[in-house]
Amino acid sequence: MALPFVKGRSDELIFRGGTGVFAVVLIALVAAIGVELYRQSLLSIREFGWQFWLTDTWDPVAGQFGARPFIWGTLYSSILALIIATPIALGIAIYISELAPVRLRRPLVFLTELLAAIPSIVYGLWGIFVLVPIVRQFEIATPEWLKGVPLFTGPPLGVGMLAAALILSIMVIPFTSSVAREVLKAVPQAQREGAYALGATPWEAIRMALFYARTGIIGAVMLGFGRALGETMAVTMVIGNNPQITWSLYAPQYTMSAVLANEFAEAAGDLYLHALVEMGLVLFVITLIINVISRSFIWSMARQKQSRLVKTAAIKAAA
Amino acid sequence: MSPVQTPPPSLKISTVPRDARAEHPVGIEVEHLNFYYGEKRALEDISLRIQSHLVTAFIGPSGCGKSTFLRTLNRMNDIIAGSRAEGKVLIEGRDVYAPGTDVVALRRRVGMVFQKSNPFPKSIFENVAYGLRINGLAGSRSELHARVEESLQSAAIWDEVKDRLHDSALALSGGQQQRLCIARALAIRPEILLMDEPASALDPIATQRIEELIYQLKAQYTIVIVTHNMQQAARVSDHTAFFWLGRLVEYGPTDRIFTNPAEKLTEDYVTGRFG
Ligand SMILES: Nc1ncnc2c1ncn2[C@@H]1O[C@H](COP(=O)(O)OP(=O)(O)OP(=O)(O)O)[C@@H](O)[C@H]1O
Ligand SMILES: [Mg+2]
Repeated sequence: MALPFVKGRSDELIFRGGTGVFAVVLIALVAAIGVELYRQSLLSIREFGWQFWLTDTWDPVAGQFGARPFIWGTLYSSILALIIATPIALGIAIYISELAPVRLRRPLVFLTELLAAIPSIVYGLWGIFVLVPIVRQFEIATPEWLKGVPLFTGPPLGVGMLAAALILSIMVIPFTSSVAREVLKAVPQAQREGAYALGATPWEAIRMALFYARTGIIGAVMLGFGRALGETMAVTMVIGNNPQITWSLYAPQYTMSAVLANEFAEAAGDLYLHALVEMGLVLFVITLIINVISRSFIWSMARQKQSRLVKTAAIKAAA
Repeated sequence: MSPVQTPPPSLKISTVPRDARAEHPVGIEVEHLNFYYGEKRALEDISLRIQSHLVTAFIGPSGCGKSTFLRTLNRMNDIIAGSRAEGKVLIEGRDVYAPGTDVVALRRRVGMVFQKSNPFPKSIFENVAYGLRINGLAGSRSELHARVEESLQSAAIWDEVKDRLHDSALALSGGQQQRLCIARALAIRPEILLMDEPASALDPIATQRIEELIYQLKAQYTIVIVTHNMQQAARVSDHTAFFWLGRLVEYGPTDRIFTNPAEKLTEDYVTGRFG
């Protein structure tokens, strides 16, 4: 009896050791990327300090680098995308996990996963050829009284913040909705039954499930936000690439990842390069933080469920 | 484990003696109920009458359909995709499976406590208030508070939680959580209370408290309880129904079922010879 026991243990050790090594390698890799980005942006950090984040001039010829409009563009487009995508994504998740007939669920899940798998560049092309002309028509049709509102000022170009926010939200929806769906799936059926047993309507039972899943849902939304922040290709193709800080949805603007993609290959001069890398560094740190927070929300949901299962199993075993 | 016998060819469904019926009006009347999970038949031609203001216990080996049957009484099985019920369940003479039945109203009248306690991740107070709120049963704040307190008192948990009503319900012990779930069910003042193994995950002391509670609640509610524990069934119930493989084998006053069962199968089960 001793031999298989020992063998089982060494297997376990190898498995644990192996996965442990992978985890350490991954963390080291992330750290190495951070360090490397920092090293490659030292010149810009030394030269501009905080001014890099507080000034608006981006003039490679004059050696002036201020990143504020890019930060603005990234945050503005991502927040807009979040506002548009969240209700739709949650609606899809709720429909698939709570309302749809069972035989419709699989095809719908498949469809949303498919949307998530389409490459960014394809979204970008679709954006240029389909979305931008539609947005332009919409902008042309802006009624006079709306033109006074800061959100709707400027010439109807089609390309600009609105197109970028729309395409971002379309890209984020499948992502957020599939995470939210998984989170809802982790809600014990007993929670819904508990509500039903007290005379809840189906909608009230769903609200209870959403409440139970709230941390995970917030995680799903934030994960979508993280994706929107880092999304590059499609946004670059439709946002108009003009660094300016404005509330106007019609105005062409610029994002951090878009300027990196556009200018990195032809950046001449060390300071220019370092300024771009510094932007990459900040994008990296922001998305890392957002991802860590949102995943920890989602994991805490999963753990909550698991610990309940473990607890009841332990009670059963003891009885 | 001893081999399980096949049931006698003609299962006679014993009914409750007349005297008991005269004293207590029929609360739930089930006629030829069949229940299916997809293709699988989980309940076979069940007919029985449950008296009001008595405690009726369902016993039987695991998987025999006790929970399924209990859940047909408030149509909780409706939410299981692909399930289907045939036959009648009459509550005060009205078939709950008749088209046009208001299921939400039905579940308000037929409360349920689950095998595993399932408090909502809210405060103790909000757990009890939930049913009152969604059903619009408390007109004012003071009324809401009064009914929450009353329910917690009826469920014999008030003294333990009165100083921490706004703490999370999840911080309570298993036994307290189960009594909280009972309080939650009582808050909306159902007429019938269905309990699916309410004490199965609890220690003997907590179990005893739940049993005492059932005894007290009997005066106001019709109680149906599923249990695996023979002593518990004997202690708390007036009538006992024994199920086996989706069928009702025998039903009658608890003391007769336990001391002088009519069916060999029942006798084997209650004396612990199988299962
Ligand atoms: N959701 C479901 N889908 C399909 N089959 C089910 C479902 N729930 C229960 N069953 C089946 O129906 C039968 C009766 O199950 P039920 O849960 O009613 O038994 P039970 O008497 O309550 O058992 P236990 O004492 O273990 O709780 C079992 O064979 C079970 O496998
Ligand atoms: Mg059961």
